[in-house]
Order: sequence, then C-alpha cells, then structure tokens
Amino acid sequence: MHTKTLIELSTALHNGDISSVELTQHYLNRINSHNSELNAFITVAEDHALEQARAADSRLQQKTAGRLTGIPLAHKDIFCTEGLRTSCGSKMLDNFIAPYNATVVEKTNAAGMVTLGKTNMDEFAMGSSNETSFYGQVQNPWDKQYVPGGSSGGSAAAVAANLAPIATGTDTGGSIRQPASLCNLTGLKPTYGRISRYGMIAFASSLDQAGPMAHSAEDAALLLNEMAGFDPRDSTSVEQDVPDYSATLNDSIEGLKIGLPKEYFGEGLDPQVAAAVETAIKTYESLGAIIKDITLPNTSLAVPTYYVVAPAECSSNLSRMDGVRFGHRCDDPKDLLDLYQRSRGEGFGEEVKRRIMIGTYALSAGYYDAYYLKAQQCRRLISDDFKQAFNDVDVIMGPTAPTTAFKLGAKTDDPVAMYLADIYTISTNLAGLPGMSIPAGFVKGLPVGLQIIGNYFDEARLLNVAHRYQQATDWHQQSPDNFK
Amino acid sequence: MQWAVEQAANHLNFTLSSKKSALGPSMSLDKTDVEKIAHLARLAIDDSDIPHYAQDLTTIFGLVEQLSSVNTDGITPMAHPLDAVQRLRPDHATETDQREQFQAIAPKTEAGVYLVPQVIE
Repeated sequence: MHTKTLIELSTALHNGDISSVELTQHYLNRINSHNSELNAFITVAEDHALEQARAADSRLQQKTAGRLTGIPLAHKDIFCTEGLRTSCGSKMLDNFIAPYNATVVEKTNAAGMVTLGKTNMDEFAMGSSNETSFYGQVQNPWDKQYVPGGSSGGSAAAVAANLAPIATGTDTGGSIRQPASLCNLTGLKPTYGRISRYGMIAFASSLDQAGPMAHSAEDAALLLNEMAGFDPRDSTSVEQDVPDYSATLNDSIEGLKIGLPKEYFGEGLDPQVAAAVETAIKTYESLGAIIKDITLPNTSLAVPTYYVVAPAECSSNLSRMDGVRFGHRCDDPKDLLDLYQRSRGEGFGEEVKRRIMIGTYALSAGYYDAYYLKAQQCRRLISDDFKQAFNDVDVIMGPTAPTTAFKLGAKTDDPVAMYLADIYTISTNLAGLPGMSIPAGFVKGLPVGLQIIGNYFDEARLLNVAHRYQQATDWHQQSPDNFK
Repeated sequence: MQWAVEQAANHLNFTLSSKKSALGPSMSLDKTDVEKIAHLARLAIDDSDIPHYAQDLTTIFGLVEQLSSVNTDGITPMAHPLDAVQRLRPDHATETDQREQFQAIAPKTEAGVYLVPQVIE
C-alpha cells in the first residue's frame, strides 16, 4: 500500500477499496516502526491525523471529495500548524504551538489531505545535511551512515522510506532539491512567489520558497496544484493563474532545447555523478531533445553572494525571536538586555548563531554598501546570466549536488565545505527561478539527482520534462531495501 | 529608558576594533569583533566559544571576499527576483482580536500585556 502513486491511492479511496482511516493508520504504523532508526519526524500527529482521515472518509462517502482527499502527507516543521507544535528544528520554538495555519497547510487541509506529522529539518532551515536540528540528525534511508541532505532532510527521509506518500519542503538555497537528490526523490522549488510564504517561518525572505517532495513528477504535480496560488497575506505572492500541472505531463518533448552550463560540469563535480548526469542527458536526446552547450559565467559568485544575502535577511527575520512574545525565555533575566541575550544565546544552535552574526556584521553601520549592496548587485549579474541563457534554450540541466550523500559528521566542522554542497542549487534561488531534482541513477548504492532549471513560472514544463524521463526510466521507482 | 538610550549610543558608536576595511584581502575577525557583533545581535556567547566563532566568521568572510573583485559599476541591486513592487491594499481592519490566543503561548503575561524585566526605574 505504501508504494502506490498518489493517483493509485486516490482511485482506491474513491472506489472504496480502502478508507482514509485505514490508509492513515498504515502510515502511522510505518512511522512507529521506523522513525526511531531515521529520526525523520519531530512530531507525529496521530490523533490529529485520524480525525482528519475520518473527515476525509465522510467527504468520500458524500461524493464531495477532491483528487487528494484522504491522502496522507508530512509537513516540514517550518509550516505553522494550528494546535500542533511548530519547532522549526530549534530549541527556541520547542514549546511553540502555532496559533494559526500556514497558507500551505490551510490549502492541503482544504483539499482533504491528512497531516501525519511534522518532519525534522536543519534548525531554521540553515544547513545542508539535517545535522543542525535541535532534535538530532536524520539518517539517510539508503544508508544510515549518510546524511539525507538538508534542510528538508526529514521530509526527504520520510518519503524515501515510504513513511509518507508525499511531503512538503522549503528551499532557500537548495533545501528541497539537494535532499531530493541525496534520497532519490523528485523535488520541485517553484518560481519565487508561486506558493504563499504566509505561516512559513522566514529564513531569507527574498529567497524562501515552498514546494513538493515526491516519488515522481506525476505526484509532485498533484501536490503543487494544491499548494500554488496567489495569497494576499504574503506581500511577495505573485498574482498569476495556476495552470493544471497534471494536464501537460505527457506533452511531447520532441525538439526541447536543453542547455548544459559548462560551469556545472567543472572542478569539484564527482566524476561518477557527472557520468550519471551525462547518461540522463543522453536519454533526453533519445527522447528527441536537442542539447546545447551554454555558459553561466557568474556561477562562481553564487555561493559568496548567497552567504551575504541569506544571513543578512536571517539576522533581521530572527530578531523576532526575543523571548518576549513566544518561544524560549531564559530563567531569571536580570534586565531586558540579559533577557534578550540569554534567551537567544540558549535558544539558537551554533549554525544559526553563526549566520545571525554574519548577517549582523554585513548589515552593520558602514558595511552595508560593501556587503549587502555588493551582493545584491552580484545577484543581478547571476540572474542576467540565466536571462541570457533562456533566450536560446527551454530548460537548463546539470547535477543537483556535486556528490552523492556524504557521511554523517563529515562536514560539521567546516562550514564552508558544507556551504559548497549547494553550489549548483543556490543560483536559482538568487535568480528566483524554478528548479527541480529528479532521480538519475546511483553511485555505490547512493542516489544521484539530475537538476532541471526552468524559466519563470515554467513549472508545468519542468514537470512535463521530468515526467517524460520517468516514463523512460525507473530510477524514481527504486526504494531502499529496508523500507520497501 | 536609560537602557534604550545607552543601546542607541552603543549602536551609533559601533566600529570594529581593528578598523577593518570591508572585503579587504587580509580581513580577519578577533575576539573583540565577535563580542561586538554578538552584542549587536543580542546573542549571549560563551567566552570559550569566541575563538571558534572568530575563526569561522573569518573563513566565511574570506569566501565572501571574492565579490570585491567583481566590477558592479552601474549594476542595479536586485532586491526582488521579479522586480515586483509592494502591493497596496485598502486600509481597513481585516483581522479579529486574538490577543488571548496569541498570549497563551507567551512566556509571561499579565492583564493582557507581555511582561519583561523592569526597564524604567
């Protein structure tokens, strides 16, 4: 039951072959059996899930159910869920029960989907390995000695291990695509503004974007249909119609122009990952696509630009965590300054403090022009590279990550080495473009992801391009032995 | 009140101890710098952790230094990926009063207000 596609599950629910309560209980049982070995969930919402499942069953019986009614999902613990703890992977919010739902949660609730629980993540989404979580590291289901990637590592591990049929994630510099790559999933970061950020705890507001993490493009399209859309409560939400992402999955990709940026295949890329990606490109050629070499000359600026922009915005966003209105407060503060400093010092972990300090320094008096302004200008250069490239090609392809999953603890002492894990994903966040990772093979038993980058609001094409590949290959159907 | 004035004064007077030029080739942050940044960020940091943070921040700013060699003359800074402007809406109340619900999760409240250590003598 836990290896079925969303369409198969939906059909079974609508035909009455299975109830949502039975399906939900099946997944809850799997979580109970396996979560202790993976640590994919921070909170399992058993009672809440079964209540939603019962409501879904009524809708199914009354024939008022939608396509996804009764289907369980897991939400990254960055989305506010009314009545359920929303920790964002931090001690700071260990006691935070959100008083309202994020728009994404409101939408999946309205669709009749069942929230199984809240998934583990790097603290405040700052990390590429899920090792900065206050709730402990997450193990990669493909090999438990390896990281699942981050920051949406819990969502990735949960879906890869079939503890949830699908999950939500967020992506500020690669946090959907890189864990999708490391766990053999299909993950999509839409265009900036496509999905509402309301109730999604802010890390870097000009970069953050939510998206689906799924087994296939077909499943991802179904969830994106529910998640996307304009929201007046998010001032950066874009007013643009949402197409039916499922409707164009099967369109022909004959004549599709694929650009391969030479900067994505250079130094630092594992040769075996490169070989897997090149094989995937050949598959596209055999499907009728046309391959073109392109250049994104400012690629090397992406990581340094990101490590000014993201920390600067994080230092501002996280200033709301002050021990006054919600979250952690230190014991016996002697004055207001002590209350702020110790509540924040105790509540935040090391990586979060590091990034707050980078941002604080970069924004401090006299340094703004040299750091933040300069980075915003470099951001424009990076974005212009893509604009130029999309004059000649329909999509851009390359590796999602430079290597397959690395061992737990391998990069925890070297922040810059960790930051470089996102070297191919960060540019799209800076440019605000949609990007996707899809399974493209294995190196020594660990998954490799192919990244597909599209033009603004071209999510339907990305899903179509991914789906056609998944019709011709079966990488996305592979599951780790212990979780079949 | 006095506290607030002091903080503002500290903020205005904030300069890094060693008068660093931003994005200079030999930039490195020392203990005093980290203490000042931590203070600005309102983060209590253990003394024993300071050398470690100084080292990490120096390494990260070393990475960022690459930007200084890029010619960005005349390049408009990019604040929003789609260059969107702030949307306006009619100025009328849309939210209901949920004070009790919001204060239920606060560390300390009394009579509808948030409590903090005494600020005004």
